[in-house]
Amino acid sequence: MSTGPRLQIEVDGKQFDPAAAPLFDGFRLTVEPSSVVALVGPSGVGKSTLLRMVGGIDQTFAGTVLVDDVPAASAPPAGFVFQDARLLPWLTASDNIRAVRPETTEAEAAALLMRVGLAGFEHYYPHELSGGMQRRVALARAFSVNPRLLLLDEPFVSLDRTLVAEMEQVLLTLIDTSQPTALLVTHLPEDAAALADRAVVLAGRPVRVVADYRFETSPGHRSRVEREHIANQIAAAATGVAA
Amino acid sequence: MLFPSRLFPTPIEVGINLVNLAVNGKLIPDLGKTLYRATIAFLVAMTLGTAIGIALGRSRTADRLFSTWIVVGLNVPAIVVAIVLYIWLGLTEFALILAVVLNKLPLVIATIREGVRSFDPAYDELGRAFRMPFARRLRLVFLPQLMPFVLAAARTGLSLIWKIVLVFEVLGSDGGVGFRISVFFQFFDIKGILAYTTAFILVVFVFEYLALRPLERRILRWRQGRTA
Repeated sequence: MSTGPRLQIEVDGKQFDPAAAPLFDGFRLTVEPSSVVALVGPSGVGKSTLLRMVGGIDQTFAGTVLVDDVPAASAPPAGFVFQDARLLPWLTASDNIRAVRPETTEAEAAALLMRVGLAGFEHYYPHELSGGMQRRVALARAFSVNPRLLLLDEPFVSLDRTLVAEMEQVLLTLIDTSQPTALLVTHLPEDAAALADRAVVLAGRPVRVVADYRFETSPGHRSRVEREHIANQIAAAATGVAA
Repeated sequence: MLFPSRLFPTPIEVGINLVNLAVNGKLIPDLGKTLYRATIAFLVAMTLGTAIGIALGRSRTADRLFSTWIVVGLNVPAIVVAIVLYIWLGLTEFALILAVVLNKLPLVIATIREGVRSFDPAYDELGRAFRMPFARRLRLVFLPQLMPFVLAAARTGLSLIWKIVLVFEVLGSDGGVGFRISVFFQFFDIKGILAYTTAFILVVFVFEYLALRPLERRILRWRQGRTA
């Protein structure tokens, strides 16, 4: 079984507005191979920017982000999941998967769609799929590009709670079978409690790690009570800073 | 008779005249000439207009430099352009086609420019995140976003060309539908005028239903049944 890469994040400086305080200043974070780390914090703290640095999309910062000792921009592209499904509306589900990685065969695309519970939907256009199904196609697409490193940017935002539970189940199964390294950006402690082995709470400007929790039980085996406990723990750390 | 039959011929008379002109007259070569001019002008204007439109849509500087000229181009009366070109270049085929191109060009540029501006930056980020190479992004991300605008430009542009190419042929040319209609006009030959108009409309219909609509259906297939 393959394992995910180790991430070494060292951002010495990053600022959008020269007049304001920098967004990042001496930020350090190491992520062990095949761990699922939730980055929790208020909006605007720099979570998404951090994810884009790891994804090699954002390269305008001082410092280094290493994916298995290779700079993020030269590393193989990560499986990125955006806030919206972001499918190309003129391509079918299968072609959307193949668009980002042409080496994927139609059979492989169909197999991936089956893994996210969309068997038989290969030739549907995005507008023929529900919002939740579109998200699952996006997940399959990310997974087709890189099953070893998943970067999830608020992937459950604007989904109702039933759909979130459904997506989380799909995601847990994928993570369980392929053991990728995954970074999950979210502002909801509940998302972290449902999926992550470790939660890093971020706050402030420049951003810093205010709490770093590692959980004993694996996410798939947590009871409702355990999840609530974890969520409360994270929420307390996040509000403790705000207060 | 309230309507003298010479000025208000029956559809049957026009039909007979149409066949007659096609078999014995110059209808076919005239249609050919007009179609040839319209086709060349259409292709040149679409190609140039799309290229310039993309450039203006992407570059603010280029847009600031040329946008005033686009406004001028969109609003200068078509006939002025034709007359000026005929004076400068003589009553030539080249002057005629160039006049049609110059009349259509600003319309194409303006439409394509709007199209490029409406591109969703979210898709750029998608391309960067998955390191899609430029050629693939062009084919799968840019062109599909641009196509509805290219089709809109083609449709409005084509109807404009049909209209002005005839006017310019009346103004100065050695043949073509417009030229022949102006000859008929001198003899008040309404039967001939209507026969030519009918033939012309038939060509437009053929083009619309055998070329433009199937093309539109094919390219915009993904939008069918879309409620949003």
